[in-house]
Amino acid sequence: MVARIHGLKFVANTLRHDVINMLTESKSGHTAGPLGLADIFAALYFDFLNVNPKNPLDENRDFLVLSNGHVCPILYAALANKGFFDKDELFSLRKFGSRLQGHPHRFSLPGLESSSGPLGSGLGQASGMALVLKREDKSNRVVCVCSDGEHQEGNHWESVLFCVKYELNNLVVIVDRNRIQIDGSTEEIMPLKSLKEKYLSFGWGVIEINGNNMDQVVHALDKSKHHRKGPLVIVANTVPGKGVSFMENNYEWHGKTPSKDEAEKALFELSKRRVA
Amino acid sequence: MIRKSFFSSPEFDSTRRGFGKGLLRLGSLFNDVWVLTADLGGSTCVNNFKDSFPDRFVQVGVAEQNLVCVASGIASMNKVVFASSFAMFSPGRNWEQIRTTIAYNDQPVIVVGSHTGLGVGEDGATHQALEDVALMRVIPNMVVVVPCDALQAEKAVFSLYKRRGPSYLRLNRQKSPLITTASSSFKLGSAQVLVDGKDLVIFGCGPILVEAIKASVILKNKGFSVAVVNIHTIKPLDEESVVKFANKCGCFLVVEDHQISGGLGSAISEVLIRSKPVKGDFVGINDEFGESGDFNDLFWKHGLNSERIVTKALKLLRNKKNVKRVVKKSFSKKKVVKKSAKRFVKHK
Repeated sequence: MVARIHGLKFVANTLRHDVINMLTESKSGHTAGPLGLADIFAALYFDFLNVNPKNPLDENRDFLVLSNGHVCPILYAALANKGFFDKDELFSLRKFGSRLQGHPHRFSLPGLESSSGPLGSGLGQASGMALVLKREDKSNRVVCVCSDGEHQEGNHWESVLFCVKYELNNLVVIVDRNRIQIDGSTEEIMPLKSLKEKYLSFGWGVIEINGNNMDQVVHALDKSKHHRKGPLVIVANTVPGKGVSFMENNYEWHGKTPSKDEAEKALFELSKRRVA
Repeated sequence: MIRKSFFSSPEFDSTRRGFGKGLLRLGSLFNDVWVLTADLGGSTCVNNFKDSFPDRFVQVGVAEQNLVCVASGIASMNKVVFASSFAMFSPGRNWEQIRTTIAYNDQPVIVVGSHTGLGVGEDGATHQALEDVALMRVIPNMVVVVPCDALQAEKAVFSLYKRRGPSYLRLNRQKSPLITTASSSFKLGSAQVLVDGKDLVIFGCGPILVEAIKASVILKNKGFSVAVVNIHTIKPLDEESVVKFANKCGCFLVVEDHQISGGLGSAISEVLIRSKPVKGDFVGINDEFGESGDFNDLFWKHGLNSERIVTKALKLLRNKKNVKRVVKKSFSKKKVVKKSAKRFVKHK
């Protein structure tokens, strides 16, 4: 277990490096969210999900639907490191002719299950997939990663009701509870308060964790495999910009990218963590 | 082309019921057909499918945004999904979800919008979708089909299933006379000539074509040869037929139970302005909302009945004769003018 956690921490650090490098090159995109999600994506792609880069459309694969498409740099970094495409391609993010669109496009890259960007519609798609798998008695799992901010979308709550009605116990939702959105903190813009209580009252299973603690992330995902009663949500409290001191918890980094100097500082900090 | 009983003893049915019948048959033939509804199973005629194939039916409740998101998710598992609701809510309310999760994802989902146009009648403006064709035809990858009667709706179900791509099927609440027969051919993207003619062509879609056909008969009695062409597939538009008839007839009229702006008339104009700019006019809703009432009264108010179509057609035909008159000027100006004027006086 210790080696497993240590390995995943190392992967998460690599993903953070890639995110900083990609965004510095693209000069546009979102920084804080992807950094905060690095631990979760490391655990998903290098531990939890059954995906095969050599056969991206494998019938037995697990499905990951990224609902908050704007954090795609972390998804792209995970896919590249997993071997779905060459890592050099990460630097083409958001550029003309690139397969790495500013928000994910399903057909552009292997390993993408859906296009996303407009918030609130990922869970509906994930639940459609999960419903088919459940009715056809298949064991593939569906994971939907979404943001806390998109819980302000009515569409998301329509899907929350749906998952309970159809008892989608093959579906895991991971909420990136980083408490920021473009215009400020979530609690200031439109208070979400306790997502745990909200989901519980809708009839979901809920696990609340520190999403930047690899032990807790892995433990929660392990637990989800044995969850039998209805849908499960992992409310992952994360630190936006995690790993780079001057970005952490600063909502201004939600939608901007580092300059070359800032990137250098960021990469230096991340390298120190890797050594530690 | 038109069924015989149309003129003698018309049989009535609605396109939504035709859709329901087709869906049931399709479901029994192919087990990758799934059907969703947003609390409108009865109204959109999908309940027979539900009873026969409960494992492939999904009720999502009053949640049209989720309706199409779930449809997209199901479709991504190699299914063909029919997602039904009232057009006012789908695509009316969930347009962005249709664009992103269905069209951009290129999923085989047929968005089925029933209760369209003034034909909804008593429910009034909030439920009369008059903008849905405009909304859907601007989305890349999207096919837009408006069947003219129940039989055509039934066939459209099969054609759209075979196409396996993002589509919109526009249906109607009201029963309307059957125009086609069970054996009439239906091909996606191919216009259907209901009445041939050479003086004027009326392009139309949906059950309102009934009024266009009636108008063509009235005009025939007045001595004009008027074609009626059913453009059941608004996208991709059968450009060749549109240009061919514009060429042949020299002027056109578009009849649709939809806003003039953005609908079939706009689609046709976009083609003709490039290929064959001829004089034309539009019969449809002119930048207004509907209201409650018997749909026949509403059609009358907005010019969507045969008499008012005839009035507009005569205006076009009169203009056209003027053009001809100019051409014939060198022979005998007076004679031709008289003849043409007489003809109008006589038939008025």
